[in-house]
Amino acid sequence: MSYVALVDRDHEQDHHDPDTFLTKYVWSQDHKVIAIQYGGLAILVGVVALVLSVLMRLQLGFPNEFALINPESYYQFVTMHGMIMVVYLLTALFLGGFGNYLIPLMCGSRDMVFPFLNMLSVWVYFLSVIILIASFFVPGGATGAGWTLYPPQSLSGGTPGTDMGIILMLVSLGVFIVAATMGGLNYVTTVLQYRCKGMTLMRLPLSVWGIFTATILALLAFPALLVSAIMMILDHSVGTSFFMPAMISEGQQLSYNDGSPILFQHLFWFFGHPEVYIVALPAFGLVSDVLATHARKNIFGYRMMVWAILAIGGLSFIVWAHHMYVSGMNPYFGFFFATTTLIIAVPTALKVYNWVLTLWQGNIHLRVPMLFAIGFIFTFIHGGLTGLFLGNVTIDLPLSDTYFVVAHFHMVMGVSPVLVVFASIYHWFPLMSGKMFNETLGKWHFWLTFLGAYAVYLPMHYLGFQGVPRRYFSLGTTDFLPESAHTLNASITISAIILALAQLLFFINIFISLRNGKKAKPNCWGATSLEWLTPDTPPKHGNWGHDLPEVHRWAYDYSVPGQSQDFTPQTVPASEVPVGRDHGVDHDT
Amino acid sequence: MTITLIFLACIMATVIFWLLRQTFNIQPWVSDEVADEVTGMSLDLKPQAIALTTFMAVATSLFALFASAYSLRMEMPDWRPLNEPMILWINSFFLVLASIAYQWSRAKVASTDIGSKKLVIGLGIAGVFSILFIFGQLSAWQELNSKGLYVSSNPAVAFFYVFTAMHGIHLLGGLYVWARSLAKIYQNQDLRIVRTSVELCTIYWHFMLLVWLLLFGLMIAT
Amino acid sequence: MPIAIALILLVVGSVIFHLVSPWWFTPLASNWGAIDDTIDLTFWVTGFVFVAVNLFMAYAVIKYRTEPGKKAKYDPENHKLEKWLTIFTSIGIVAMLAPGLLVWGRFVDVPENAMQVEVLAQQWHWSYRLPGEDGEFGNVSAKLITDENPFGMDYDDPVGQDDILISSPELHLPLNVPVNLNLRAKDVLHNFTVAEFRVKMDMVPGMVTSLWFTPTKLGRYDLLCEELCGIAHHAMRGAVIVDEVQDFENWVASHPTLNDTQVRMAYDADPGAAASQYAVCAACHGQQGEGMVVLNAPKISGQSEWYLRKQLENYKNGVRGTHKDDVYGQQMAPMSMTLFNDEAMDNVISHIQSFPDNPAPKSITGDIEKGKETYAVCAYCHGQQGEGIKAMNAPRMSGMTDWYLERQLQNFKKGIRGQHPEDYYGKQMGFMARILQDDKKIRDLVAYMNTF
Repeated sequence: MSYVALVDRDHEQDHHDPDTFLTKYVWSQDHKVIAIQYGGLAILVGVVALVLSVLMRLQLGFPNEFALINPESYYQFVTMHGMIMVVYLLTALFLGGFGNYLIPLMCGSRDMVFPFLNMLSVWVYFLSVIILIASFFVPGGATGAGWTLYPPQSLSGGTPGTDMGIILMLVSLGVFIVAATMGGLNYVTTVLQYRCKGMTLMRLPLSVWGIFTATILALLAFPALLVSAIMMILDHSVGTSFFMPAMISEGQQLSYNDGSPILFQHLFWFFGHPEVYIVALPAFGLVSDVLATHARKNIFGYRMMVWAILAIGGLSFIVWAHHMYVSGMNPYFGFFFATTTLIIAVPTALKVYNWVLTLWQGNIHLRVPMLFAIGFIFTFIHGGLTGLFLGNVTIDLPLSDTYFVVAHFHMVMGVSPVLVVFASIYHWFPLMSGKMFNETLGKWHFWLTFLGAYAVYLPMHYLGFQGVPRRYFSLGTTDFLPESAHTLNASITISAIILALAQLLFFINIFISLRNGKKAKPNCWGATSLEWLTPDTPPKHGNWGHDLPEVHRWAYDYSVPGQSQDFTPQTVPASEVPVGRDHGVDHDT
Repeated sequence: MTITLIFLACIMATVIFWLLRQTFNIQPWVSDEVADEVTGMSLDLKPQAIALTTFMAVATSLFALFASAYSLRMEMPDWRPLNEPMILWINSFFLVLASIAYQWSRAKVASTDIGSKKLVIGLGIAGVFSILFIFGQLSAWQELNSKGLYVSSNPAVAFFYVFTAMHGIHLLGGLYVWARSLAKIYQNQDLRIVRTSVELCTIYWHFMLLVWLLLFGLMIAT
Repeated sequence: MPIAIALILLVVGSVIFHLVSPWWFTPLASNWGAIDDTIDLTFWVTGFVFVAVNLFMAYAVIKYRTEPGKKAKYDPENHKLEKWLTIFTSIGIVAMLAPGLLVWGRFVDVPENAMQVEVLAQQWHWSYRLPGEDGEFGNVSAKLITDENPFGMDYDDPVGQDDILISSPELHLPLNVPVNLNLRAKDVLHNFTVAEFRVKMDMVPGMVTSLWFTPTKLGRYDLLCEELCGIAHHAMRGAVIVDEVQDFENWVASHPTLNDTQVRMAYDADPGAAASQYAVCAACHGQQGEGMVVLNAPKISGQSEWYLRKQLENYKNGVRGTHKDDVYGQQMAPMSMTLFNDEAMDNVISHIQSFPDNPAPKSITGDIEKGKETYAVCAYCHGQQGEGIKAMNAPRMSGMTDWYLERQLQNFKKGIRGQHPEDYYGKQMGFMARILQDDKKIRDLVAYMNTF
């Protein structure tokens, strides 16, 4: 079976060079346009979720002051905020956005293997967002069952949105899974088969490793969500009893029999835990590249980083029930899942050490992307360490379902990945747009985001220690909470509002930089990986002009001794390395 | 959950083992002229074949999870085993025949020219048996319905409907590609394109047969 | 450079925040001190890593920040260092995990002499069942649950006859006796949490989950639901009261067994006595229970039997009508005392039930559409038409006195009603009434309820 991929590929590309506005920007099959469509839409729904979180925080900090928020709408906000942030923002942004943009460029190919499927993916994702948002406007409103959608309450009385809202949510998730699978098939095939000459797997930048592994996780984990969505729709609409037990709702007997709510939880978390790493692994990869570039140093322990990504990916499938220690499942499972959960901390810790060791003996340029990357290391250490509390089954007993959990997962999979998102956007913005961003605004954005987020979540852990339960519309009075707990809650809300407003700086920066930004030089950071080495900035359709690149080295040849530049691009063969006295190149100028 | 775990452990083990083999003894920072010459394809397979394999892994995950849900749900007290309709045996036989016909067509497409009557016949037989299978499944539904066994009657029946429906949808997807390959033959398209499509469909049909036999086996065994 | 300083300040600040924080675990009131010890240990290990790694990072940023002519070191990997870091991390992990698993081993191993208590959760209330003298619970089934049989008891099961059913959110437990809670839920997931006991467990309909501890400190502890269970999740409150053993036994003895309650249910009201006892009430509430606005007495005809009983008991026990600003409640409280025993109360209530149910005159108007929006939240408990749902402990409001509804909503909101520690259902209504920001919203709401 001889299949001459490289020839075929170039041949195919000639056919559909887009020329009309519609084929160029709307029905585009170019991975870069699709990436921006994916990313833009994800950020747009993300803003909706951010507004919802502010509304929630207003109620929590200043209970019952705002007429817009009643218990019904509050739980709808909680649910939609969680689901949008986890699935429709972070998953879509990392895989659909960064995955689409960076995979073909970093692998040195002209596009994804199946461009049409790729275009379909983004439009199916668009459809899923439409369905999701539509659920706000149907009778009964959006579902308020919490993002975990646990039955029975997601289908029975006492919860908003049990008629149409929950069905739209489940259908939207189903559609999203179709989109993610279409994208995923593309990413896997492209990474495996469409790399340019000389690009071995071990020469790939860590971004590709992270996104690639996360894609495999997504492909295998999302079916669990699909299975539970299908069965839940049947329970709701046809009257099966997969998850619904014999029960009473608002004083009335329902006709269900012996369904198992715990079964749903197993299925949900079988998806839900890998989902955490679907978000985290791309972030790990992207931040590694940002760190290496701006520290002018090779990533420390590249192989260990790759293995850690793989190990975390593998282990993430056997830790799911640590979300269920107090769910009423067989308590003996606790021993197994606590052990696997704490084992996963070892590769994760190694990644942190290697990031810090990458800074060590580097030549650190504290530009905006680097600030965000360092901020990420800090918040990730914090969030990772609090995970050791919750993963250890005994400590989960007092802390489960409290603000400690909320603080932990926001730190580790909210703030941390979002800091990486910003690091990456600032880092690759000059490439994507051909313009430089405004450094001052970027720095303000960083400081307000980083410090604001810490001011929100650090105190929240301590409310959790005290026993403040999560998902409470209002705390009211309890014997064990001092008045100061309410004051602290109000201060968290104020920090959260500042944090949310600070994000305006980001949008302003993007807007003015796109309009009036300084023109970006090609490879403005002096990076080594292929995406910076395209003939045009930003890269044109087909990425590489006439000839595909050829790769001769790994992606981290920064500050190689004896070379005149402090970076050696991947395409430079050993014979052509500029040798000479070290100059210490500064790219800020 | 055990079934899923075993399955996923297998997939993850394969993937990780394969990736580790690619990475283990390599020091990527050392200049390596052998590596400079690699083509950038990790496997000697067409991209379509890789996409199909990946898709089959996703589908396997889906069905394995359904099977796990089935085995967990079985433990609840209201479980009443279902007497599967006899017609399922005939249906299974149809699907086996379809699979054989596909295998035969694949052998033909490798050895003969395009437009060969034999290939069209082989594909035709495969398609007809697959459609017969689907109609057979529908009549099994009808049979249960006429006995008063609806989706909501009890969980074993509900799982039967869900399993057959999910499997049927996947097979319909396959039939769409089947119809497209027939169209390609009539349009006298390039041999390579038709060959790819027939080869991939053959693999997919074997996979669908295997999934069906496992699901069917699970249902009659319990 | 500012980032390095910020990192150092954040590390130092976090440690100081930790040390001076007044927000910390509630004082322990059970045998689970080992959980607190595990947490302390975890704090030491993770705290060390937090400080060490972040300060190292800050130092690296200061030391290796860019300067003209500076060049980074080329350092692809250091196997020995990575090996030591792995070993070091693994030791830390084992140090945290091992004690955790040991304590968990004790948690899953319920002592054989533990007292058995059943906790039954529903939207948004708690109730309890004690096994009675035989120490065994009678059979129950979700399918048997009705308004009259809220526990779903199988009345034919002899084992269940001496079970003690406690339809109150308050549970008493004896000091220093290990107790195993058998947790059941009627409708959706709930979770039994008392912060001071440290342990918690979900309650799942269709299953019995369990949880054990030994209370070690006398006192009254808030019981919270910590698994999202619908819009009044936050208002699902109860209490666990730890008593001396003797007090606990008295408390148990004050509750009837299942058998006793069935005997009592068979009691027939005496119409003659009923009419004479009602004469006292009629002075204010009217001959037909229709209510009199000039005397500030609401309509009581047509109100459900269980609600009248609950409120009369509350007045009698000082749970309602004792707040200093509750002027009219204070008038009602002494009146309730005239119902000196259970029979008297039965008589009066059954007499009220015999009155014709004519809708009360309507005196409040407002924006009905706005009221309807607000009512969406109320409907979860009180029903779409304000008909009241006994299972939710929510009384009827349709056709009842509107000025009285308005006043009670104000009272709930201001804490004049529903703040007594034992008025759990009133407390719940208080949570809900507080979403009514202003008087207009209340009037709109009542105006909408007038349309039922």
